[in-house]
Amino acid sequence: MAIRRQLKEQWMRVFFFCFALASILILSMIVVFLFMEGLPIFSKVSVKDFLLGIYWYPTSDPPDFGILPLIIASLSVTFFSALLSIPLGVMTAVYLAEIAGRRLREVIKPIVELLAALPSVVIGFFGMVVVSPFLQDFFGLSTGLNLFNAALMLAFMSIPTICSLSEDAIYSVPVELKEASLALGATHLETIFRVILPASISGIATAVILGMSRAIGETMVVLMVAGGAAMIPTSIFDPVRPLPASIAAEMAEAPFRGDHYYALFATGIVLFFFTFLFNILADYISHKYRQVGAATL
Amino acid sequence: MKKKPKVRLIFPGRRKFFQNFIFVLFRLAAVINGLALLIIVYFMIANGWQAINWEFLTQPPKEAMTRGGILPCIIGTLYLSLGAMLIAFPIGVASAVYLNEYAQPSRILRIIRLGINNLAGVPSVVFGLFGLAFFVVWLKFGISLLAGALTLAAMTLPVIIGATEEALKAVPNTYREASLGLGATKWQTILRVVLPTALPGILTGAILSISRAAGETAPIMFTAAVFYTPQLPTSLFDEIMALPYHIYVLSTAGTEIETTRHLQYGTSLVLIALVLGLNLIAIIYRARLQRRMQ
Repeated sequence: MAIRRQLKEQWMRVFFFCFALASILILSMIVVFLFMEGLPIFSKVSVKDFLLGIYWYPTSDPPDFGILPLIIASLSVTFFSALLSIPLGVMTAVYLAEIAGRRLREVIKPIVELLAALPSVVIGFFGMVVVSPFLQDFFGLSTGLNLFNAALMLAFMSIPTICSLSEDAIYSVPVELKEASLALGATHLETIFRVILPASISGIATAVILGMSRAIGETMVVLMVAGGAAMIPTSIFDPVRPLPASIAAEMAEAPFRGDHYYALFATGIVLFFFTFLFNILADYISHKYRQVGAATL
Repeated sequence: MKKKPKVRLIFPGRRKFFQNFIFVLFRLAAVINGLALLIIVYFMIANGWQAINWEFLTQPPKEAMTRGGILPCIIGTLYLSLGAMLIAFPIGVASAVYLNEYAQPSRILRIIRLGINNLAGVPSVVFGLFGLAFFVVWLKFGISLLAGALTLAAMTLPVIIGATEEALKAVPNTYREASLGLGATKWQTILRVVLPTALPGILTGAILSISRAAGETAPIMFTAAVFYTPQLPTSLFDEIMALPYHIYVLSTAGTEIETTRHLQYGTSLVLIALVLGLNLIAIIYRARLQRRMQ
């Protein structure tokens, strides 16, 4: 009887363990299939020409598969959106965790969550029909669908990520630290900047990296509002074509298992590695500089 | 002795003023987020509500999608997101049970967690590529409801795992100890004590993952959705229409972009109502739970 029960326990453990491996399995299958469908392009184009070529004309004859303009577009869109989303996200997090009263907190927190829940296609649509004409009139541009618009929309997609993860980090700062600082005569503001933010900086850094990872991988927004020109941008109001936009826009037209199709999968590999690096970096920071308690400071 | 009180008198005022000034900036940042949500929702409601009527919600598109309704899109999105949930829910819950109840800190656990975090960070368009290469081509499902639901399931798995773990962590350890102390095995404890207690929290996570799946476009672009299909889906292998893809197609492709603007707003409004409605339900439900816990 006891042995049978023990045996069943062992089996249940193994059973659950198998399910826990599902995520790893899916992740590795994503890698395998991306490489399976993406690598054939490198028999036509060298890796160097693919990554550093400045011409992306996949449908001309002979085609050019250089994704440097797309990489630069993705990086610049992410960079400019971060300029907005990092201060806004972190400040909102500080406000929620430290300054806001309980009642305001209960209103603003759900709002941030709802902002995170807005479907990306709706934000893209909003950028297209509302923000784009506004930018066009306001700055006198030839098109409102450009790098600036995309960065603006992406910022509001990554703010909720940055905000809620930073807030968790700020929240987990031991209260003794705060009390000690206040008891020494520091004001609340001084305590926030000199004690609370330094103590939670690893969590905030993780939040920022994950927010930027979300921005670089976001597809629908850049597909609809970035403008779509595969050129290296020279101004913040130039239309651009980030990596995900290129994949999403062209996959439908690319002949099945033709060079263009392979090139788009290879673009997917590059995009995957960008976000993979961001995530590994975030994981590294959060483990290496983990906040455990007052004693670690 | 004379100077000290003076210093105290001058600086508290300036420090206080400076603090208030910075705090206003912080509050402003929070307000901007709220405004962003309000403005987007306002534009969708203001421009979309005229488009919404009984015909819009219950008829298929007509005359090359310039008139008629969006019924196939609503049905398609419901099938896709519910299907994704049905697949991802059992796997996600079982996975979270292992991580929270069985696993001891170890190298394997660290790798599994890293895998989950990375899966959560994979761009949605890469999920689309994976779905195309694996489900559509390799498993020969074709562009179908099944391929789309499986792709979305892969994407929402980390959401369900995260929410379930949160719910399991909230179950007090005394419950487990009491059950084990009565002679129940670990599995009996999980099945009869831990899971029932965590169930409301797990369901909240399930609702959130449905809403996430319903709003995604890129993963279904190459795996399930098509511009237009005259029939409602009758089998798992049918192509389908979906709300987010419909918005994208109407607003970017074709020659009738300007004349179908009201349909685009209307469809966006329906999608927002669905997604934000589900989220509101989850948020309110969770707030109630927390109050009961306290």
